[in-house]
Amino acid sequence: MYLYDSYDQAMVDARVEEFRDQAQRRLEGRITEEQFRPLRLMNGLYLQLHAYMLRVAIPYGTLNSRQMHMLADIADKYDRGYGHFTTRQNIQYNWIKLEETADLLADLASVEMHAIQTSGNCIRNISSDHFAGAAADELIDPRPYAELLRQWSSFHPEFSFLPRKFKIAVIASDTDRAAMRLHDIGIQIVKNDDGELGAVFYVGGGMGRTPMIAPLIREFVPLDQLVTYSEACLRVYNRYGRRDNKYKARIKILVHELGKEEYTRQVEEEFQNLLDQGVEPPLAELERLRPYFADPEFTDGPKSVDRSDPEFALWAARNTHRHKHDSYVSAVISLKPVAGIPGDASSEQMHLMADLAKEYSFDEMRVMHTQNIVLPHVKIADLHALWTRLEAAGLGAPNLDTIEDIIACPGLDYCSLANARSIPLAQRLSQRFAEKGRTEELGELKLKISGCINACGHHHAGHIGILGVDKKGTENYQLLLGGSEAEDTSMGKITGRGFDEDGVIDAVEKVTDIYLDKREDGERFLDTYRRIGMDPFKEALYD
Amino acid sequence: MKILTGNDLKTGEVIWWDGTGWSRHVDDAVDVGERGDVILAREDAERRVNSGYSIEASKDDSGVRPAHIKDRVRALGPTSVLT
Repeated sequence: MYLYDSYDQAMVDARVEEFRDQAQRRLEGRITEEQFRPLRLMNGLYLQLHAYMLRVAIPYGTLNSRQMHMLADIADKYDRGYGHFTTRQNIQYNWIKLEETADLLADLASVEMHAIQTSGNCIRNISSDHFAGAAADELIDPRPYAELLRQWSSFHPEFSFLPRKFKIAVIASDTDRAAMRLHDIGIQIVKNDDGELGAVFYVGGGMGRTPMIAPLIREFVPLDQLVTYSEACLRVYNRYGRRDNKYKARIKILVHELGKEEYTRQVEEEFQNLLDQGVEPPLAELERLRPYFADPEFTDGPKSVDRSDPEFALWAARNTHRHKHDSYVSAVISLKPVAGIPGDASSEQMHLMADLAKEYSFDEMRVMHTQNIVLPHVKIADLHALWTRLEAAGLGAPNLDTIEDIIACPGLDYCSLANARSIPLAQRLSQRFAEKGRTEELGELKLKISGCINACGHHHAGHIGILGVDKKGTENYQLLLGGSEAEDTSMGKITGRGFDEDGVIDAVEKVTDIYLDKREDGERFLDTYRRIGMDPFKEALYD
Repeated sequence: MKILTGNDLKTGEVIWWDGTGWSRHVDDAVDVGERGDVILAREDAERRVNSGYSIEASKDDSGVRPAHIKDRVRALGPTSVLT
């Protein structure tokens, strides 16, 4: 993985001291909250319902054990012993003190981490495939390109005050594990008929109050023009994106209002202008980055493992992913124990995951946007030993991509924007289905919960989605069906009138009953929904 | 009744106006009537509260109950925490 050079370290260290001074001036009353707010947000520090919240960037979700140990230490030293892994492959701390934040940031900087650009109207953390560099089905490792874009977008003076926040995802396989087309820019690295590598650009996707699937803007951008083309996309947005209305300021609205053709025409014109201006980093920079993402020294070993223990067999079947080396797999540590809080991990669990990464996965981990942790390179021969350690620590839930693997935003338990709670709903739903023993029978079923229309819980993209709304001061929940954030991207549709908390849990169960009754061989929930449509589900819910 | 709440500037903790200062306990909150804006302006200027605001609440034998669920969650803390 990428390691800071002296320039990176100097920039991050300087930013810590700058923030220390800003926070001190705020505490001494030399600047007002109105003046301080944009400064703290540039460093990822929000004021939430109960306390300050700090969002720490984990570039494309990749981190090593030294960093994970530090995240655990920070949870103990500055928070309440736990952290929350987010749907943007980051981590958030919920109980931060302003007077301690600069010290916290200094501790982060000591392990090459920061919270810069995790808030504000700038280019946020670049996200990617959590199996990047390991997956059997990828064309190349997309992370060197994600890193190039991270460096380009960090402190980019032209793009520090965009009309609204901006999110970029980079993948390099036909299977989309990063919700690529639900980003402001989605980039897929492909190979053309001549065998050359390039990038497909999708621009103008997103969830939130106006969900849109990003349209295809360009089928092939040579990889040595990747940054230039990204700059052109951003420059048109920065020039014409709406700054008069926060709710219409995302690039998806611009692309929609201009039309894909006109937006593309303007991007192409800008791109031609930029090509001569030396925007693209020299090839030597990419070559400098590439060795950081070189394969570890894989060694041959057994290609299969004894699965006579049924509990281990279930976990191995559910929570591992095919690796490009046939003696290895990528193993997913579920942060979704039955009745647990999706994405939360205690400091003890973080320390354990760090130790296991060191021991079994070449010192590397990934944060998934589904709020789980990946050990990307686990030798098949070590799989049972790994599972035994996880199981003993309560981290062995065999539920990847099942109805128990629920995405949930912090919701009204923590977030000042939320209208309803997400966490208790997720806990009750996973408990309901686990107790009924129906999880395996239901197969792949992605359930996603957001506590408000901002959609941090990706409810639009859930096979089953739940959106919390405010109904005259009480929590109410809308149910959506048919969404997907994978390569078959689709937006869920609302079933009808909303439910209270008990009602929506029963409603999810009714929906799964219809699926089990109507499904044909091999169909996932989403396949059945797409075949039979909304009506049978509505009849069961409302008649 | 109208009560005042906000966050402690240094720690971010949820605080409630008790008539003479800021308390961590919602049950200490007092009715400020129409004086909320004046109190908040003074307390903000003295950096004793951050992002303060006025809310509707009711009081009975069990204590002070903010009208909106968001403020009830602020008063009581998250309804579920990692154990």
